[in-house]
Amino acid sequence: MPLITASSISKNYQTEDVTVRALQGVDFEIETASFVSFVGPSGSGKTTILNIIGCLDKPSAGNLRIADTDVIKLGRKESASFRGKHLGFIFQDFNLIPVLTVYENIEYPLIMVQNIAPQERKERITRLLAAVDMNNQGHKYPHQISGGQKQRVAVARALVTNPALVLADEPTANLDSQTAYAVIGLMKKMRDELGTTFIFSTHDTKIVGEAEVLFRLEDGKLTAKERKGGIKE
Amino acid sequence: MRNLFKIAIRNLIRYKRRTLLTASLITIGVVFVLVFTSVTGSFKTIMIGEVTDSMLGHLQIHRKGYVASIDSLPLNLNMNPKAYTKIVEMLKATTEVESFSPRLKFGGMFSNFTETTSIRINGISPDHEFHTVPLLTSRISEGKKTLSRGEIMIPILLAKGLKVKLGDTVVIVATNADGSVNGKQFIVSGILESATGPGGRDGYVHIEDAAEVLRMQEAEISEVVVRLKDFNRLHEVVQKLDSKLAGEVNKEGRPLFEVHSWEQLSPFFNIAQMIDVMTYFIKIMLIAIVLISIMNVMIMAVYERIREIGTIAAIGTLPARIRAMFIIEGFCLGVVGTIIGDIIGGIIILIINLTGIRYNFGRQELLLQANLLPSDLLTVSVIVIVVAVAASFQPAIKASKMEPIDALRHV
Repeated sequence: MPLITASSISKNYQTEDVTVRALQGVDFEIETASFVSFVGPSGSGKTTILNIIGCLDKPSAGNLRIADTDVIKLGRKESASFRGKHLGFIFQDFNLIPVLTVYENIEYPLIMVQNIAPQERKERITRLLAAVDMNNQGHKYPHQISGGQKQRVAVARALVTNPALVLADEPTANLDSQTAYAVIGLMKKMRDELGTTFIFSTHDTKIVGEAEVLFRLEDGKLTAKERKGGIKE
Repeated sequence: MRNLFKIAIRNLIRYKRRTLLTASLITIGVVFVLVFTSVTGSFKTIMIGEVTDSMLGHLQIHRKGYVASIDSLPLNLNMNPKAYTKIVEMLKATTEVESFSPRLKFGGMFSNFTETTSIRINGISPDHEFHTVPLLTSRISEGKKTLSRGEIMIPILLAKGLKVKLGDTVVIVATNADGSVNGKQFIVSGILESATGPGGRDGYVHIEDAAEVLRMQEAEISEVVVRLKDFNRLHEVVQKLDSKLAGEVNKEGRPLFEVHSWEQLSPFFNIAQMIDVMTYFIKIMLIAIVLISIMNVMIMAVYERIREIGTIAAIGTLPARIRAMFIIEGFCLGVVGTIIGDIIGGIIILIINLTGIRYNFGRQELLLQANLLPSDLLTVSVIVIVVAVAASFQPAIKASKMEPIDALRHV
């Protein structure tokens, strides 16, 4: 059974005089533990589809089931709870909380969202700090570490709650290519170790090659689904 | 909860200058209110003490209608000895009463044999009077602190005006109840400092001498001055005595006696009320300062952290937690401002008391003793903290209602 089933997803934005059709009848399925990327030019609908999958936005039409839940029907509070339980987020600008240390940033969702016991919190954070190679950086504040390190911390924060799915919107956009590869490599490693599904959007052609399943978007329409190696479905 | 406090405190430290300015504003407000409240409160307490302990007593009992005509000191509205006996029995049976003193008041002429002027005289029973209004003796600037038969204590203004000294013989002439005039010689045994309020410039003679001047077989009583064991129970006791005396009626069924607290007898009560009103206004100003400054700083905090709010909302933080985060921030700001304000206010009050500032009130010189009551400290602190929390509500609700997607897009 797929982790995500989307059918006929449409999203319209109403500006003053014009209706912008950001997504037009998009259908797809994503399996558990897959490494997926949505690609396409600017304005193709990548961020919109990620926002909808992330329960941050609702489609104008269509159906979406994630982890056997009809997420479209969820209210504001239920959406927040669902995100806290099943989803992890990695942002383009890292979005770490500046007043918390690296350790506390990773700890934040465990305390404020999931209420995990202190001992288990410590174990999970220590394990993830090691996994993202930030072992000795836990005491530092976000302004004391580099962009690549920030994104590694963001990966650890996204994974610390053991989510079924991690969404990353342009996670490498603010990184140099070497660091970008390293972050994508880390995400893949974590997928392999934890079995977490990763979905990321990008317009970086070099990074696109790292995805195992690729959804191509153009003008809000899904134009192709490809498996690694260019095999079209 | 500990983590919410940690985040709130760190965010306050993050914007040091703004936090410092807002906390300073709250501190200044708290200091001002504490100093004002303690100084005016102390002034009020001193003045009430002066008024009640040197002249009026805590409450007085008169024959019905006497107070309405008190300016003319009407002899026909005195209590007869039988009525006074009833009052004595009732007061002795009232456990809250510490002491009481009967007075026979009359207006007369005071003469040093070369000059004559008018005077109001209180005929008193010295032992009872000095116990009931203990500060009366402290007003005796010259002479002995007792009063015997044939002696008179006169106010200083009268002594200066008529050049009368201790030991001089003077004459008091008064019209008695049936219209005839009588006079009696007295020796000046004491000079009294003036006091603010009614009776502050009266003379004092022994009650039996007063009865003799007024040609009474047995002394009638104009008023009974009462001192309570606990001044704070004044209204309760007035009510109690009122209901006890309600049963004493004349042939027409009208009440024979009336009870008045010092508040109903002294114009200083209006000043005391004005002080209370001013204190309320100062507190309202403090509330406004705290409300505006905290609200302003919290609105700024929310505006500056929209993306952060979007992030924590996106990763699943419930709206109530986001709300609490900002309310706790306002609470911490209020607490910091209050604690510093309490400390500085306490130090300033201590300095005022150590300096020993003296000031004149009417003809009296008073020592300013600012007393900071724990209840005032607690009230001001609680008001500031509650207002700080209330001021954070609107920005906090705004933050918690933000859609994560909009907040994340904010630049």
